[in-house]
Amino acid sequence: MYWWLALVFIVLNFSVRAEDGRTPIPQHWSFKTPLGTFDKKELQRGFQVYKEVCAACHGINQLRFRELEKIGFTKDQVKALAASYTVKEEEDADEEERPGRPGDRVPSPFSSEKKAREANWGAYPVDLSLITKGRGQGPDYLYALLTGYEPCPKDVTLFEGRSYNPYFQGGQISMPPPLIDNIITYHDGTLATIPQMARDVTAFLSWVAEPELENRHEMGVKVLLFLLVLTGLFYGVYQALWKLVR
Amino acid sequence: MNNNKVVQWIDTRLPIFTFMRHALKEYPTPKNLNFLWNTGSLAGITLLIMIITGITLAMHYCPDPEDAFQSVERIMRDVNYGWLIRYIHMNGASFFFVLVYIHIFRGMYYGSYKSPRELLWILGVVIFLMMMATAFMGYVLPWGQMSFWGAKVITNLFSAIPIVGDTIVHWLLGGPTVGAPTLNRFFALHYLLPFGIVAIVCLHMVALHQFGSNNPSGVDPKHPSEQIPFHPYYTVKDLLGLSIYLFVFAFVVFFAPNFFGEPENYNPANSMVTPVHIVPEWYFLPFYAILRSIPSKLGGVMGMFGAVFVLFLLPWLDRSRVRSATFRPLYRPLFWVFVLNSIVLGWIGSQPPEGIYLIIGRGATAYYFFHFFVLLPLLSVIEKPLPVPDSITLYLDQKKRAV
Repeated sequence: MYWWLALVFIVLNFSVRAEDGRTPIPQHWSFKTPLGTFDKKELQRGFQVYKEVCAACHGINQLRFRELEKIGFTKDQVKALAASYTVKEEEDADEEERPGRPGDRVPSPFSSEKKAREANWGAYPVDLSLITKGRGQGPDYLYALLTGYEPCPKDVTLFEGRSYNPYFQGGQISMPPPLIDNIITYHDGTLATIPQMARDVTAFLSWVAEPELENRHEMGVKVLLFLLVLTGLFYGVYQALWKLVR
Repeated sequence: MNNNKVVQWIDTRLPIFTFMRHALKEYPTPKNLNFLWNTGSLAGITLLIMIITGITLAMHYCPDPEDAFQSVERIMRDVNYGWLIRYIHMNGASFFFVLVYIHIFRGMYYGSYKSPRELLWILGVVIFLMMMATAFMGYVLPWGQMSFWGAKVITNLFSAIPIVGDTIVHWLLGGPTVGAPTLNRFFALHYLLPFGIVAIVCLHMVALHQFGSNNPSGVDPKHPSEQIPFHPYYTVKDLLGLSIYLFVFAFVVFFAPNFFGEPENYNPANSMVTPVHIVPEWYFLPFYAILRSIPSKLGGVMGMFGAVFVLFLLPWLDRSRVRSATFRPLYRPLFWVFVLNSIVLGWIGSQPPEGIYLIIGRGATAYYFFHFFVLLPLLSVIEKPLPVPDSITLYLDQKKRAV
């Protein structure tokens, strides 16, 4: 089903072009199929990867702490987590910093693009809230990027501070390989291999980008069933009525 | 006449009930309309859906460069069913254009623009133009990368106009570049124009009801038995069409809501970073291809607008007195070549303007205008139409025998 859909999409969608980086290999994602849902365990592990690795440079500013309850964290866990961050009221720049509350957005590591660039030798670690929606083949791309670092080919000269990643546009990325085997220790005992962490964090960021997805799929099934029955009824009425004309 | 006293009292003073009875119930309609004739009512319903979801979105949207992108994400995340309303609105634009393109091609195939329906056709082209303007400005509102750079590229086109070009661009943008004033006015106009479309749609309906619908035979109804009252026959047929249409619409909204969209637009607008490929929404691609095929900026702009404005001239470019392509042995294949050519233009519009794409694009652009300015007038003279049946009844008999 998934492959079939992917093929139809590529044939039908005019605007699918060969991206400038290498084309990512389609992966299986639990949330990609029409009836797909998220795997909460996977999302929780993904959040851990985000928090302990990605969050050093990247924000997920669209997410509010309390939404983490939806992926299986308890109210108290979320409260404690939020309190471990310091936040500033968005509207009031003069206000003192205070411990985070569940209703706050997850604070970004840098307060502005300018500060982020200063701390990263001119590169800008983008906010990851919408990363899987903002790239073609979103989740596949992200997974390919995270697992796709390669030794630089001989005919390519790397600029200073860049790493070679064929999936990135232009092949030269400012982010050094972020994942190393066992860089974190999963709370649930899963082995923290690079592909495992890449999968988990991609799933988590897909949820951050589309938190409505499960709701949407569920409602979609009901709406389509309703319309199917409605179409059947109208078809019956139509046939009965138009018999008179024919 | 209605027996209800209140209805009678009102109707004597303000004949809205009589009007509705004439227009929606008794309105005599050819009995042989096929399902392509559903596209009109479906487009009207889509316009309503767009206005209702649009007004709802406007209650939460904030047309300020600092907050526009954020406010759209707030709609997606914090507003109750905001994601649903926005995905309906966003995909509704694409579905609206799908319907209208089918509607236009149907008119071309069955010669619905020919006398006495020229003004009906022209009003339709006006609606199409207003839709394009509305859709373009609407796409700018989420203030993503493609919104920003699309606005920049398209408004910049006007600078090709000799002498006053730069002044016009400045006036359109409300400043030297795409910024807060641009976003504000695009929001204001995006809210305003759809009501203008509603007004023109009403005129479109008045013009339609003057001579009634064309039909697949292209022959005017000659006998009352060839017509049926709009209600219940076509109301039921339209409802059937509507529920099938909504099924497809809902499938996209719920299971592939970003199918028609460009991922780049989920990145906030950034005037310092130009996207590698700037592409308009799919419904503009054929015209975008024409723009880029002509190797002069002014020429390209004229070609692009000319490609739409030529539709106004269609009733006078095609002089053939036979309406339906069914009876035009040369026009019929050429119509399909034209459809294919338009699809090729759309595909070219999505590709980078270089190498083989540029060559195909130029050929397709030339053919587009060749179709209107050479083929159609020529066919009117040299084509020998098949014998046209005298009435819809004879046409249907003929069709039955052919089967």
